Amino acid sequence: MIRLLVGLVALIALATSALAADPVEVGIGYLRRAGIKQTLSLVEQPAENDGVAGARLAIEDNNTTGKFLNQHFTLQEVHLKQGEDASKAALALADRNIGFIIADLPADALLKAADAIRDRGVVLLNAAATDDRLREEDCRANVIHVAPTRSMLADALAQYLVWKQWKRWLMVVGSHPEDKLYADAIRRAAARFGAKIVQERVFEDTGGARRTDSGVSLIQRQMPVFTQQAPAYDVLVAADENEVFAPYLPFRTWDPRPVAGSAGLEPKSWDAAHDQWGAVQIQNRFVKLNSRHMTAVDMQAWTAVRMIGEAASHVNSGDRKALLDFIKGPDFSVAAFKGQGLSLRSWNLQLRQPILLADGRMVVSVSPQQGFLHQVSELDTLGVDRPETKCKLH
Amino acid sequence: MWVRCLAFAIALWLAGPLPARAFIAYVSNEKGNTVSVIDTDKWTVTKTIKVGQRPRGIEFTVDGKFVLVAVGDDDTIQMIDTATQEVADTLPSGPDPELFIQDKAGKILYVANENDNTVTLIDLEKRTRIGDVQVGVEPEGMAISPDGKLLINTSETTNMAHFIDTQTHQIVANVLVDSRPRFAEFKRDGSELWVSSEIGGTVSVIDPAKHVVTKKITFEIPGLRKEAIQPVGISITPDGKIAFVALGPANRVAVIDAATHQVEKYLLVGQRVWHMAFTPDGKYLLVTNGLSNDVSVIDVAALKVIKTVQVGELPWGITIAKQ
Repeated sequence: MIRLLVGLVALIALATSALAADPVEVGIGYLRRAGIKQTLSLVEQPAENDGVAGARLAIEDNNTTGKFLNQHFTLQEVHLKQGEDASKAALALADRNIGFIIADLPADALLKAADAIRDRGVVLLNAAATDDRLREEDCRANVIHVAPTRSMLADALAQYLVWKQWKRWLMVVGSHPEDKLYADAIRRAAARFGAKIVQERVFEDTGGARRTDSGVSLIQRQMPVFTQQAPAYDVLVAADENEVFAPYLPFRTWDPRPVAGSAGLEPKSWDAAHDQWGAVQIQNRFVKLNSRHMTAVDMQAWTAVRMIGEAASHVNSGDRKALLDFIKGPDFSVAAFKGQGLSLRSWNLQLRQPILLADGRMVVSVSPQQGFLHQVSELDTLGVDRPETKCKLH
Repeated sequence: MWVRCLAFAIALWLAGPLPARAFIAYVSNEKGNTVSVIDTDKWTVTKTIKVGQRPRGIEFTVDGKFVLVAVGDDDTIQMIDTATQEVADTLPSGPDPELFIQDKAGKILYVANENDNTVTLIDLEKRTRIGDVQVGVEPEGMAISPDGKLLINTSETTNMAHFIDTQTHQIVANVLVDSRPRFAEFKRDGSELWVSSEIGGTVSVIDPAKHVVTKKITFEIPGLRKEAIQPVGISITPDGKIAFVALGPANRVAVIDAATHQVEKYLLVGQRVWHMAFTPDGKYLLVTNGLSNDVSVIDVAALKVIKTVQVGELPWGITIAKQ
C-alpha cells in the first residue's frame, strides 16, 4: 500500500514537472530589403517571399526537432519599405529580445544594422550579400555569413572551367559597381587556377525597358555584333549581377562558344534542380509549403535558421551566448544537402560550402572539383583563405 | 550460451546437408530501377528484376516468400515473389519510403517515410496500413530491439534516434546524435544500439536502457579528409564481436572490435559504399558500392575483400537469405 502511495506521489511529481517546464522559446528575426530584383527572364523572376520562405521552412524543421527537446522557434519578419532604415528595424527587433537576425540586406545597410545592435549582443546572419569586403576589411564579430562570397562563386566556376580545359576566357563586364566586383573575383580566380582572360569588354547599361514586344529581333542583331572579333577563346564569362545583358548571350555569341558566370553555367549555393545527397527531401518539403521552387536565397535563409536550431539542440538551451559559442566553436557543422557538413571559417565567420554549377535546368557539377587540394579543408579552395584574409575580428 | 550455440549448430545440421553457400542476395539499384539477384555460390548475377522508381531499402520477409523493396519515387513498397522473382504486389507505405524493418514474427512492417516525418505501420498479412508515428524531420534508419519491445527510428535533419514503444506506438525517448543519422543496428544481445551519422562522420554507441550515448566511434584514414568519411550501413556479427561500418565516399569499410569499440582495420571496397548484409552462415559480408556499380564480397574470417560482383546502376541496399 505504502509502495503504491509512493509510486503515485512520484508519478504526480513527474507529471507536474513535465507540465511546469515551459518550452525554451527562441525568437529569430528576419530583416528583408525593400523591393524585388528584376530579371530578364520571366521564369527567373523572384517570388515576393524569396528568402523568407526558406526561413519559414527551417522554423518548421526546427520545431519538429524542438518538440522532442521542449524548444520552440518563432520567426519575427520585418519587411523594410523603400528608404526605411535597416538599423532602426534591427534595434526594434533587439528590443523584442531577439538574439539572432537573418539579414537579407545590401552590404551597406547590413553593416549599419550590425553596428547598431553590436552593444545589444545581437548577431546578424547574412543570408544574401555576397560582397567579399563584408568578410574582409569590413568584417564584424557579430555578423555570420551564410551566403557565399563572389570570390567563392568565381573560384567554383573557375575550377570547373579549368578542369574542362576551357582556359581561355572572354570576359564581358556590366557597368554597375557589383559587376565590377564580380569581375574582380573572376580575374582573381583565373589567376589562381591557371586560366587566361584573353580580352575584357564592358557592356554599358544604357537603361531602357526590360521587356518589349519586338525585343528578340533587336537582341539577335545586337549580341553577335557585340561579341565579334574576339581573340580565340573557349568560353565567355559574363559579370552582370543586375541582369542587363548576360541572359541574352547564350546562343547569340559571334563565335559558337558556351557562356558562364551570370548566365549559362552559373555558380550558386542552391538550385531547384539539385537532387543529390538527400536534397530531394528538402525540395519536396519546400514546394509543399510554398508552392514554388527553392532558390539560392531561400536555401541560405533556411541554412541560417537551421544553424541556430542545430546549436540549440546541441547545447540544449536557448541562451544566445551558449548558441553563439557553439556555432563559432570547433565542433559545429550543419547538414545542408551538400554531401558534407558545413562549418564556419573561424577567421571571418564565413560558412564553408560546396557551390553548385547549374545551367538553369540541371546541376552540371559541384565544386570544389576533384584534385583541388587544401591542407585544411577542400572547401577552403573556394574564396579568400586564412593566410590572405584582411579580416580582424574584435 | 553454449547450449544455445549447440542447439543452433544442431539446427543447422538438421537443416540439411551443407552445400552451405546456397544463398541468394537481392541488391536494389537506385538509379537503374532494378534489383539484381546474386547467386553466392557462383558470385554471379542470375537475374535482373525491373522494379519501380528509385529502389533503396530491401529486405526478405521473415518467411522468405517475398523480398520487399522500397521504391521511393513511386511512394510504395513492392513485393517481389522469391519463387517467380517478379514483382507480385505493392504495400501502402506513406510517401517516399526509404528504409523499413519487420517485427520478429514478420507481421508488422515499420516504414520510414522521408517526406512526411512519419513512421508508417503496415500489417503484412492484410497488406494494409494500420497506423503512423510522428517522428523528426526526414526519418530514415530503422531497427527493432532483439526483445521486440523497442522500435528505433533515426531522423536525418532532427539528428536523433527516436525510441518507440512497439506496444503503445509512443515515443519513449529521443537520443541526440551527430549530423544526418542514417542507419541503426542493435547488437544481437540488445546491449548496445549503434547509429551512424553520415555528415557528423561518427557512429554513436547508445545504451538502449539508459538512452544515453556511451561512446562515439570516430574514423581516421591517412590521406583522406574528414569530410570524405561518411558512415552509413552497419553490420555486427551475430556473436557481437566484430562490427563493420560502411564509410560512403571514403570507399572503405571500417572493421571495429565491437567490445572495445576500437577501429581495427579499413577494407578498401568500391566507390561510395552504402549498405551491407551477411550471408546466413556468417562467412561473407556483401557491401554495395554506389558509384562503381558493384558489390564487394568480404571474407569475414580473413577480413579481406575476395571478390567484386558487377550489378546494376547505383546499387544501394542488399538482403541475403537461403535459396
